[in-house]
Amino acid sequence: MTLRNTAAAPSPLVSPSKSRASVPRLRTRKAPSIDRPRRSIWLTVVSAVVLIYAILPLVWLLISSTKTQDDLLSTFGFTFGNSFALFENIANTLTYDDGIFVRWFANTLLYVVVGAGGATLLAVMGGYGLAKFTFRGKKAIFAVVIGAVAVPGTALAVPTFLMFSQVGITNTPWSVIIPSLISPFGLYLMWTFASQAVPTELLEAARMDGSSEFRTFWQVALPLLAPGTVTVLLFTTVATWNNYFLPLIMLRDPQWYPLTVGLNAWNAQASTVGGQAIFDLVVTGSLLTIVPLIVAFLLLQRFWQSGLAAGSVKE
Amino acid sequence: MLVFAVVFIAPIVYSLYISLFRAQLVGDTQFVGFDNYVQAFTDAQFWSGVGRVSLFLVIQVPIMLGIAMVVALAIDSARLYGKDFLRIAVFMPYAVPAVVAALMWGFMYGPRFGLVGYVNDFFGWSLPNLLTPEWILLAIGNIVTWSFVGYNMLIFYSSLRTIPTSLYEAAELDGASQSHIIRHIKLPAIRGSIAVATIFSVIGSFQLFNEPSILQSIAPNAISTYFTPNLYAYNLSFSGQQYNYAAAVAIIMGVITMVVAYVVQLRGIRKDES
Repeated sequence: MTLRNTAAAPSPLVSPSKSRASVPRLRTRKAPSIDRPRRSIWLTVVSAVVLIYAILPLVWLLISSTKTQDDLLSTFGFTFGNSFALFENIANTLTYDDGIFVRWFANTLLYVVVGAGGATLLAVMGGYGLAKFTFRGKKAIFAVVIGAVAVPGTALAVPTFLMFSQVGITNTPWSVIIPSLISPFGLYLMWTFASQAVPTELLEAARMDGSSEFRTFWQVALPLLAPGTVTVLLFTTVATWNNYFLPLIMLRDPQWYPLTVGLNAWNAQASTVGGQAIFDLVVTGSLLTIVPLIVAFLLLQRFWQSGLAAGSVKE
Repeated sequence: MLVFAVVFIAPIVYSLYISLFRAQLVGDTQFVGFDNYVQAFTDAQFWSGVGRVSLFLVIQVPIMLGIAMVVALAIDSARLYGKDFLRIAVFMPYAVPAVVAALMWGFMYGPRFGLVGYVNDFFGWSLPNLLTPEWILLAIGNIVTWSFVGYNMLIFYSSLRTIPTSLYEAAELDGASQSHIIRHIKLPAIRGSIAVATIFSVIGSFQLFNEPSILQSIAPNAISTYFTPNLYAYNLSFSGQQYNYAAAVAIIMGVITMVVAYVVQLRGIRKDES
């Protein structure tokens, strides 16, 4: 296992340029037993069913976002409507209500960059520190981290809200960013990753050569930690980007909404009395919300897959 | 570095501490002691929520993990056409926010411009309207399954790939069949991942909030304000202004979640040893 991960460590040097799903895997393991396994039609069919299940809603979303609201309500979901209104829809989405969608998008970006970026930085440093230094109370910290992984963010959200409202920072971006900074799972992942990917001898050698702790971290350890870092970054990004509960309770002012809360507000608008139904905007907005993440996952797949493998090794 | 670690851990401990303390502190303002907790333990609405998520857990989690496992084994067996594409595509829903997932499926379920209505018209079937009280849990289960199958699949798959090939070769020499290999090598080897995936799924089920909360605006009649414990806590604090009680509910739920997760973990470990 250790071998695998140290072998995986240099992979950031490999250019992630060929980003399509059909990228040939490096180090693809040959068939379990026989060199050339026969391909199984039956297994492929089973998997194809799951595949269709996974993709169908996304296809629906894509097709629906090309429709006007009338078509959306009156034509079959998987055929194109009488109109092709994708670009009008996008334009409408971006300009509706003085461009509030753009504002939400910017908010989401802010929360992701500061929240997820900060969480990743803390997780990398903390994980490295925990993996490569011995000190008293380490066992206790390990227990706390494992415990914290099991405590879901939603359970903390209401108490956190009460705490923040005492301090008076609800309804500000900070109320969303600060809780996002802590990622026990990211810390745990970096911890296991760092203990495998960074050889202690290397650190000792660096220290012998008179490198400061700080410099050792930045110049020796960090490059080795890159795959794990990208993984943690992606997962904290997803968690922040998709977060709904926390901003929902923290924020009252639509100006500070992230996309998720904003979209739901649009959707709920239809069911309030006198509200204008804007399903076409909800659908198109949904599409615009998921595209950046999907692109990020596709572009960075090589990194997060090796990182995730490292996280699941330690058991 | 040591300082860094401590500085980093402190907020976790602190927020845990505060979160546990807050309810009692707020209670202290007009001291009620454990009244909130007593109230919660005798609250029929709270327990109906707990019952609902437990039912959800018992049915949805095994199905989801089962599908994830089959796909992971299928990809790992290298007997598929287009496995790279499959792996990515099945994982994709994970990147879709719960809000978008719930809205999409909600629209598709919907009788107004949903697919269910069309399928009914087209084939002359009478599929049930999933947005009714009887079916809504199934509808939510489907959304959650859709969102997380790929994620769990990837966890299983990555850990399957760490099994040394030599084991398979040895098994092959001994004349083991594929099903033997799966049962006696693959599944035991990834038991740790199975435990992790199960724990996360259990936590997710108990903390169910997003999907029902969002579907509520699409299907207001099917989802009550106490549909899940989290939704209940939310509605208590933000519609009912009962912050203290809401905090008690949230903490009880957190404790229940941790206990169940812990039990699952213990069972996983015990299996490891035997």
